[in-house]
This record gives sequence, C-alpha cells and structure tokens, in this order.
Amino acid sequence: MGSFLLLSFLLLIAGVISVPIATKLGLGSVLGYLIAGIILGPVLLALNVDVISLQHFAEFGVVMMLFLVGLELEPRRLWEMRAKLLGLGGLQVGVTAAIATGASLVFGLPWTFSVAIGLVLALSSTAIVLQTLNEKGLMKSDGGQSGFSVLLFQDIAVIPMLALIPLLAMPDLVEEWDLRALSHATEIVETMDAHGEDTHAVSGHDDGHGDDHADEHAAEHGGEHGDDHGPDLNLVDDLPGWAQALVTLGAIGAVILGGSYLTRPLFRFIELAHLRELFVAAALMMVIGIALLMTLVGLSPALGTFLAGVVLANSEYRHELESDIDPFRGLLLGLFFITVGAAIDFGLLFGNFFLIVALTFGLMALKGAVLFGLAILFRIKGADRWLFTLSLAQAGEFGFVLLSFVVANQVLPQVIADQLLLVVTLSMLLTPVLFILYERVITPKFIEDQVREADEVDEGGTVIIAGIGKVGGVVNRMMRRAGYTTVVLDHNSDLLDRLRRFGIKVFYGDATRPDLLHAAGLDEAKIIVAAMDEQEAITNLVHHVHQHHPHVHIIARAVDRHHVYELYAAGCRDIIRDTFDSSVRMGRSALEALGVHPHDAELQAQDFVDADRYSLVELAALYDPDIPAHLNEPYIERVKELREVEEAEIRGLNIHATRVERGWHPPGHRDVESIIEENESEKPSK
Amino acid sequence: MARVLLYYAHPGHRHSHVNKEMFRAANAVEGITIVDLYAEYPRHNIRVDVEQERLVSHDVILFQHPLFWYSTPGLIKDWIDLTLQSGFAYGDGGDKLAGKVLMQAITAAGPEDAYRADGYQNFPLRTFLTPMEQTARLCKMRYAAPYALYSSLKAPTEGALAPHVAGYTDLLNALRDDRYDFDAAPEVVTSDNLSLKEGV
Repeated sequence: MGSFLLLSFLLLIAGVISVPIATKLGLGSVLGYLIAGIILGPVLLALNVDVISLQHFAEFGVVMMLFLVGLELEPRRLWEMRAKLLGLGGLQVGVTAAIATGASLVFGLPWTFSVAIGLVLALSSTAIVLQTLNEKGLMKSDGGQSGFSVLLFQDIAVIPMLALIPLLAMPDLVEEWDLRALSHATEIVETMDAHGEDTHAVSGHDDGHGDDHADEHAAEHGGEHGDDHGPDLNLVDDLPGWAQALVTLGAIGAVILGGSYLTRPLFRFIELAHLRELFVAAALMMVIGIALLMTLVGLSPALGTFLAGVVLANSEYRHELESDIDPFRGLLLGLFFITVGAAIDFGLLFGNFFLIVALTFGLMALKGAVLFGLAILFRIKGADRWLFTLSLAQAGEFGFVLLSFVVANQVLPQVIADQLLLVVTLSMLLTPVLFILYERVITPKFIEDQVREADEVDEGGTVIIAGIGKVGGVVNRMMRRAGYTTVVLDHNSDLLDRLRRFGIKVFYGDATRPDLLHAAGLDEAKIIVAAMDEQEAITNLVHHVHQHHPHVHIIARAVDRHHVYELYAAGCRDIIRDTFDSSVRMGRSALEALGVHPHDAELQAQDFVDADRYSLVELAALYDPDIPAHLNEPYIERVKELREVEEAEIRGLNIHATRVERGWHPPGHRDVESIIEENESEKPSK
Repeated sequence: MARVLLYYAHPGHRHSHVNKEMFRAANAVEGITIVDLYAEYPRHNIRVDVEQERLVSHDVILFQHPLFWYSTPGLIKDWIDLTLQSGFAYGDGGDKLAGKVLMQAITAAGPEDAYRADGYQNFPLRTFLTPMEQTARLCKMRYAAPYALYSSLKAPTEGALAPHVAGYTDLLNALRDDRYDFDAAPEVVTSDNLSLKEGV
C-alpha cells in the first residue's frame, strides 16, 4: 500500500509540476510529461518499479482516445474519409516499410530481420500525434485530418502484421546473433558502421554496462508485451480460418449494434440510480468491455472502441460519454508519456550515442520524406503539407508492441530490438519539437506568403471581420447581404477553405498580428469587427487598432461584463456582449410565456437593456484594468449605489422611472377636469 | 355573412379599462377574425404580405383603439403606411380593397360636449377622424361612422362601461350577420343609437 501511494504520488507530482511549465514555455503537454518521465526514470529504477508494465497499463489511454476521436466523427464523415484512409494510410505504411526494409538490407541484416524492422518503423505514435493535434486545435485542419487517417490505417494494419510476423521466425539465425552479441558486444554496431553511418561514433564506449542494462530492460519488454498479445486471452486462435473471420465480423457487428441499440436502454437504466458516478462507471465499462471483446477475437482494442465511438457520434449521450472518459484518457496518456520518458535506457543510449542519434534522425528523415511525397500526391497544400509531414515522422507505441512481439516470436534478436526501442523512443521524444518547429517557423512563413499573395488583389475592404465563428459569421453574412465588401480573418483553415469556395475573401492567421491586419487593408478600412472566440485576442486587437489606426471604427465582441470594461479601457466604444441580446430575448420569451402581453414584455426587455447599459457605462468609467474589481473602492461604491436604485425599483418606490409604467399611461380624471377648468377660465377673456 | 376583421391596438393594454373589456367581449363573438396588433408586432416588424392577405380575405375592417392625441396609436399608423401599398390598396391597379368597409371603434377621454366648435376640443370628433375617412376613400372603401365612447375615463364608475361593451357585442354580431344598417347610422355611433336591422 505504502509503495503504491508513493509511486502514485511521484507520478502525479511529476506531471503536475512539469506539464504547466512545459505548456507555459510553449512546449506542449506531451513534452512536459516526457521530460517528467526522464527526470523520474532513475527514481523509479531505484524503487524497483516495473516501468514497462506500467507503460502497458497506460497504453489503455490510447484506446480511450480513439473512442473519443470516434465520438467526434460522424459515420458520414468517416465514409467521406475512406479514400484518404486506404490510399494515404496504405501507401504510408507500405512505402515506409519497404524503404526501411531496404535500408536494413543495405546495413547487411538478413531479410527476415529487415522486414520485421520495416514493419515496426512504418508505424507512428497515435498517442503523441492525436494528443498534440487536439491540444493545438489542429485536428480539424487538412493536415490533421490526413494524419488521423494514416494513424487509423496503421491501427488496422497492426492486425495483419501480428499475423504475418511469426512466419518470419528464424530461431537459428536469431540465436546466432544473440550469441554473437554476447561474445562481441560491439559487433552489431560495427557491422552497421561498416555500412557508412558514423565511424567515429563508437570508439571507446563502455559496452559492458550498457548491454547488461539492455538485457534486463528487454526482458521486461518482451515479457509484458508478450502477455498482451499472447495466446491466453485469444479465443479464435485455434479455430479454422473461416470461423475466425466469422467470429471477428460478429464481434464488429456486436459493437455496432450494441452501440446503436443498447446504449440508450443502458443509460436509461442507470438514470434510475440518480448517481453521477454510475455514468462514469458505465462509460468505463463500455470502453473496457469493447476493448476486451476485441482482444478476445484478436482485433485491436483501439480500433473497436473507435468504431463504437463513431456509432455513438450521433447519440444523445455523446457529450456525457465524452466528459466521463476524457479525464481518464488524459491521465492515462500522461502516465504513458511519463513511462516512455522513464523507459529511456541512458546506459545504452550513451553507449552508442552517435549511432542511435544518427539512426533516429535517419528514420525521421526517411518517414518525413515519404510523408512529404504522399502529401504532394494527395494534394495536401501549404502549411498542412508540413503539418502532415512533421507530425507523423516518428515511430510509435505500436512499435513497442511489435518489437516485443518479434522478439518473443524469434524473428529479431534482442540486441537489435533494444537499439530499435531506443530509436523509437527518441523519435517520439523529438515529435513535440517538430510540432514546435511547425508552429514557430512554418506557419508564420505560410501566413506571410498568403498575405503577400492576397495583398496584390486587395481592393481595400470596407469591413474587416476578425473571427468567423458563430458571431463573426452572422456579421459577415449581414454585411454581404447589404452589399458591403468584407475581409475575413481567422485561424481555422478548414472553415476558411469552405468560405473561400463561396468567393469570400478570407485570410488565414491570427488577427492580432499587425502585419496581417495591415495586409487585410486596415489602413483603408472603415470598420473592424473583433469577433474572435478568445477574450484576450479581442482585447489585444482593440488595443492595437485604437492605438495605431484611430480612424477605424471598432466593434468589439465582449464575452462578459468585465471584458466590456477591459475593452472600454482599451478605447473601444462600440462593445457588444455576445450572449447578452439572446439572453434578453430569452427573458422576454419567459415573460410572454408567463402571460405578459408581448408588447409589455418588449417594453420590459427594452427597459432592462437600458438600465443594464446605464450601469455598464457608469462602471466602465470607474473600472481600472490594473486594479482587481474587488479592490477598486470607487467602483465598489458605485456598484452599491446602482444596486440600491434597482432594489427601489423592484419595491416600487420609483415606479414611474420604468418605461413600462410610463408608456401610454392614460390621463387621470383630474387631468381632464383641469383641462376643462382652464378652458372655462379662458373663455371670458376671449 | 360578412367576414369581419377586427384589429385591436392598445400599447397601454394593461392600464386600459374600457378597451380591455371591449376586447374581451369581442373575443367571445364567434365567426370573426381578431388581431391584437401590439401582441403580434411588439417590435413594429409588420409583415406586409400577411396583412394584405388578411385584408383581401375579409369584408369589414374594424380598428378598435383609444384616441391618442386626436389620432390612432403609433402602430396603426405604421400598419397603414406599410400595408396600404400603391398597386394594392390605391393608385395604378390598386383595387384590392374596393367595396370593403373600414370602421373604427374608439374611446375618447373628453366628454361629448368638448367635441364641438364651442367645446375645448374645438372640433367635432369626426373632424379628427378625417385622415382615416379619406384613407378609406382613396382605397375605394366605404368609411362607416365610428362606434365611440366619450368620457371613457369616467365610464367604469358612472355605469357607462357595461352598455358600451354590450353595444359593441351587438355591433360585431350585426356586422358579421349583415344586420348592421350602415345607411341609418348617425355621424358618431354610440350604444344608444346603434342602428340594427331586424333578422336576416
């Protein structure tokens, strides 16, 4: 118990400390977890923790992630992706495996070894890639979607690979290599060196330590991964081929039918208990159950849960399932990344440092080149082409699985597997770096290109709309319907592509960048509408435009009252709260539903809006962005005063102040009488 | 049977004493169409096509409203401005309303004797209604004398409310059943001088 608590605490504290730092530094959470793992590695070793079995447990996070990805993907969309899935995915796995096999042959390895290595290295890391794409909001981009297609295909491809690999078994050859490795620990390295890698790299390293360590490490790997794909949990191994196929199809059918027809009754049943945690339990039960079923029939659990996710994408419980599973997905993937970092065998790495590093870079260059070629072939353009290339240029966790499997099946000797393991791990470690490269170097370059391109055709847009989401989209449609030219800025390339097809002038990019605003014609623009989703970005944009282009009228979207004050302080005087109008309309509908006459309800709504706007303007003048509201004395005083006025109105002390009471109020009897009296008194004088 | 379309317009509906009761009584009359203009268009977004269709499919158009500053409430003016388009209601080819009846049911705060040349309102009530009368004429409609209540503010306390409301019900029934004698009607119709034909 004590050691369990200690281990949990260590893992959690490593994540809790390193991930925020990494995120703050712009490295992303994956790199944060990996670094935490590297730091934690020696500690775990000292505590005698079985990192590899821990990693194996954490791999379930990938299964959960694919379930969540499936939930986001409607069956129709999956069907639309089929060409990419089979074409792009198939070519990526096929071509990469072929070239990696060829390279291994060139290094002088036997052909069976080479094929196994080719297959292992063709796969990429679903965990790292999807996690990072989601985190950076790139999942919906063309590059992200293509990457996902490839990952999904790899997931499917693992199954025939597992079937194929035992055919490559050459026990004698493997034994010979293992023996050779034991007697001449450096020979494998030298064999490779002889074929032209880095000849100076290996001179004088301490092999003894490195290899001892490696053996221990590999034994762990072999043992644990072997268990998972071993025969003990597989029901179909002993069946004839046709029966296997039938059972497999049956299992997939069961997942689809169960997802379609059993989910609703199940959740209805659970609702009877009125316990929140039962939903979580049921969601976990579903995912684990599907994974179990898939394992039993020899299919990939990730694939099965993905399929279940797709089936449930249109279900009313989609968001419930999503929010239930997501924390587990996040924690398990975090744990997985920590274990990847912790499993790095530094003894072996520093023993063959240059070789391993050279192999890693060589592998990534090779995979990247294949991906780049495919991107051209499949017309993935611009920044997306680079995203696709860089995101998938690593080997992944399926590589771990296959490596232990090939060793267990005596296809590949342990010595080679150990080195490959390190190459796979390093390539995973470098992936977040490639994402940073993409974000910092490649995206800006494409924005500049695009801006320059568009600059030439610019006719000077009258209206600039920054952010074409729900809010900006409506504004844009209204402007265009009224015949105004708009220029739209957004950083959702998928959406922009669709808009472009309708002939709308759109720019990809961050609307807070001055150069982009300039290119969009801010100098000649009459107005700019700041309608992005991000509060800070809107404030920054307002600040910049107000400072440098005071002639441009700014209409800014505010997400709440405090944002209004911030925008007011930044110089904007045309501030619209994005949900305020709709909330007022809902209030008005509520009044109408309560039986209030629609015209009175309208007056109440107008009155509420006026009162609210009055207090907003009053308070905006007192608000100081540098002082928190609860420490701003004048602000607090005014809030209190305004509240008193409001209370008085509710209590009816100031009843004639409201529009509803004043409007169309008939005169009293005395009014009529006084008119008559006045008239009478005037008559004699006439 | 005449198809009667009653447009009710009172922006201060909740403060009303007389019009509210008249409206309630009208709702109890079967076989006529009633539109509460301020309920239907609280934001003055009048749907012209809908209103024109309504006009076309009715024979008697009755506006029930309080007299505000010698005129109608604002929404009726908007309604007139928008609905009575040229080519539909008047002008070249504008004959869709020809032969229909236009009538008003109004309440006035001032007493009857104020609406005289020597009263404090200085003019007879009908003089204030001449814009509506001429509007009807331009649309080739017949302008029927208004059903009116003077001293409307005192009506509930002085016992004038109930007869006026009862007269309103009679008027609506008679309009619907073609029993209302337009020709016999005086300049200003009240509950005392309602001219109904016996049976049909």
